[in-house]
Order: sequence, then C-alpha cells, then structure tokens
Amino acid sequence: MRRDLREDVPALSESVAPEVRASRRRLAADAAGIAVSAVGFGFVYGLSAREAGFSVVEAMAMSTIVFAGAAQFAAVGYVASGLAWPGIILLTALLNARHLLYSAALSPWLRDVPLTHRAGMAHLLTDEGFALAISHFRRIGRADERGYWLGAIVSTFIPWNLATLAGVVLGAQIPDPARLGIDVIFPAAMIGLAVGLITGRRELVAAIVGAGVGVVVALATSPAIGIVAGGVVGPVVGLLVPAAIAAETAPLGTAASAERYAMPGMHADPENADDPGPPDPGASDP
Amino acid sequence: MSTNLVLLALFMFAVTYPSRALGLLTPGLDRLPRAAFDYLQLVGPAVLAALAAVSVMVVVGDDDVPSFHVGIEWVAVFVCLAIVARRRNLFLGLVAAIVIVVVAREAGFAALPD
Repeated sequence: MRRDLREDVPALSESVAPEVRASRRRLAADAAGIAVSAVGFGFVYGLSAREAGFSVVEAMAMSTIVFAGAAQFAAVGYVASGLAWPGIILLTALLNARHLLYSAALSPWLRDVPLTHRAGMAHLLTDEGFALAISHFRRIGRADERGYWLGAIVSTFIPWNLATLAGVVLGAQIPDPARLGIDVIFPAAMIGLAVGLITGRRELVAAIVGAGVGVVVALATSPAIGIVAGGVVGPVVGLLVPAAIAAETAPLGTAASAERYAMPGMHADPENADDPGPPDPGASDP
Repeated sequence: MSTNLVLLALFMFAVTYPSRALGLLTPGLDRLPRAAFDYLQLVGPAVLAALAAVSVMVVVGDDDVPSFHVGIEWVAVFVCLAIVARRRNLFLGLVAAIVIVVVAREAGFAALPD
C-alpha cells in the first residue's frame, strides 16, 4: 500500500508535514539540552563506577545493556555496600518499574508501529526519552517513529555511553578522588534524582520514611539491608497518605510528568502544562 | 580486567526490559490496578532517598559494625537537595556539593573519608 495515501502511516521524509518538521526541530533543540546533561551525568557515573571498582567493560556493560541512569548509580552503591546480587536485581526491578507507566502511556501512540520496532524502542525508553517523545507526539497529534529514535538515541544513548567511557577511563588518572570530593557525588546524585521524582505528598512521605527506615535498619543490621528496607517500607507508608491531600501535581505517565522528567534540562512546554495526560486508548488514533 | 559484573548487567537488563516493553508490546497494560501504579510511583523516591541517607549517615568500620556518621557530606547533600528542589538543576547541585566538600577538606574543617 502506498504510504502517502494512508493517513495512519507516518509519511515518508519527502512529504513530511510542516508541523512535523517544526516539532522535530523543537525536539532536536530539547534533545541537545538533554544530551549535554547526559554527557555530564554519564561522566559522573563513570567516575563513580570506577570508584566502586568497576572495570571499563563492566561500567560500559551497565550503560549499554541496562541503560538506566538511576538504577546504574544505585547499582554502584549496592556493589560498594556488598549487597548480594539477588538484592541488587530485586531493587533494580523495583526502581525501574516506573517504566511500566511510561510504556503504558506511549502505547496508544505507537500501536501502529511494527512490533519489532517497538521491541527496539522499548530498550531506549528512559525518563528523558519518554519526556521528549510524549511532548513531540502531543505537539503533532500523532506518533512519529523517527522523532522517537532521534530523541532516544541522540539525546541520551550515545552521549550517555560515550561519557561513561570517558569517566571510567579518565577516573583512573585521578590519584586521590576523595580530595576532589568525588565520594559525595553518589549520595548527592541520589538525593537529586529523588527530588525529581517527588511530585506530591505521597512521594515526599515515601522518600522521608525510606531514608529514615534505611538508616535505622542499616545501623541495626547492614547498609545493604537498610537500603532494601527503606525502598520497600517507604512506598507502603506513602500510600497511607489519603489521595485527597496527596497534592499530586504530576502523576507518572502524564504530560505533566513528562515535563517534570525533563530535568535537569530546560524543556518546559507551557502549551501543554495543563494537559490532562495521555489519550484514552479507546479513543481515536493519536 | 574484571568482567564479573557483566553478568549482573544482564540480570539487571532482564528485570528492566519487561517494564519498558510490556506497555508497548502488550495492549491493555494501562488497565493494571490503580494501587499497583500508585506503589510503583513511590518506589523511586524511597529507594533513592534511602541510598542517599545510608551513604552519608552510615559508615562501616574495620570491625564490620555500622555506626552513625556526621560530617560535611550532610551539608553538601542538603545543599544539592535544596538546589535541585528550587532550580531543578541536578548538575548545578552536584557541582555545589563537590565544591563544599573540597573546600571544607582543603581548609581542614572536614576529614577525608577512610
């Protein structure tokens, strides 16, 4: 079937609609901002991994195979604290489970994309990739597979991996990392990422309880067990906050959440700030 | 060069990819129970906050016994938290945290970690 005659298939490049081209330019600008952030943060990850004893191959395996910044940073801490692999894998699953929300939110937009393509797109679905894609799709009112790849690969995957390599290689040239304050990068990065995820009182309570329980249990047992306890108990207590007073401002999987996850770049999209969220899967095509 | 953690990376991928792929490959995932979504939304802040708190507040001595630690790292991490909360700029927060620790250690106000 000729693609230029079908409304439900993205047009070929030579017949791309002006609004799609304009949105792609906006996407590219946003992606550039995120790429700068990914370079800096990836470099810091490489340094932290090196500090925790990761080899170049191990650090790069994390960045290419796992490709999940927060979970990778957390894994550095888990490995350094001596947490057993089953515990690391469990916590990784919990920490990355939020991607379920992203993929569920993107699903209505991408249902006409071939299955094999979607399988590949899934590996590149990060906080940043989601933020770029959902904003782009909303601007043009439909999915744009090329835009998705552009955002995910150019803004995050390539810079993150190159910067990881630079960090873990150059980290070996630093004789006394503690004198440069590199040891504080990990906890500071963790708390910064946590702040980025706090979009209401439930998240705030979960974070505070998670931290408190984590420290108390760590002192009573070991840091590794404390981290697990905090990560499991915190959300349970957070759920006790009644929805009526949760003051949730950006539920995950919504456009507001996408804007939130654009941190630390500058990608606010005032036109979509009050957008109620992703399209109803049962509604018309995006 | 060690490659032991490559296997760990594969395991981590094995538990991460389904979260990313299920929604894209399985129609109807958005009809999961609301409570499940709510719990998942809270896991990230709790785990990351626990990691940060344990990293700066708990140290393990040579005898493998954890003990409470107070140090300049508290100030650095708090300043990072404040900057991210106010400016939404994680990188700026990290730079501020590093500067605080470096200056305090160079000035002799804080000891280097063991």
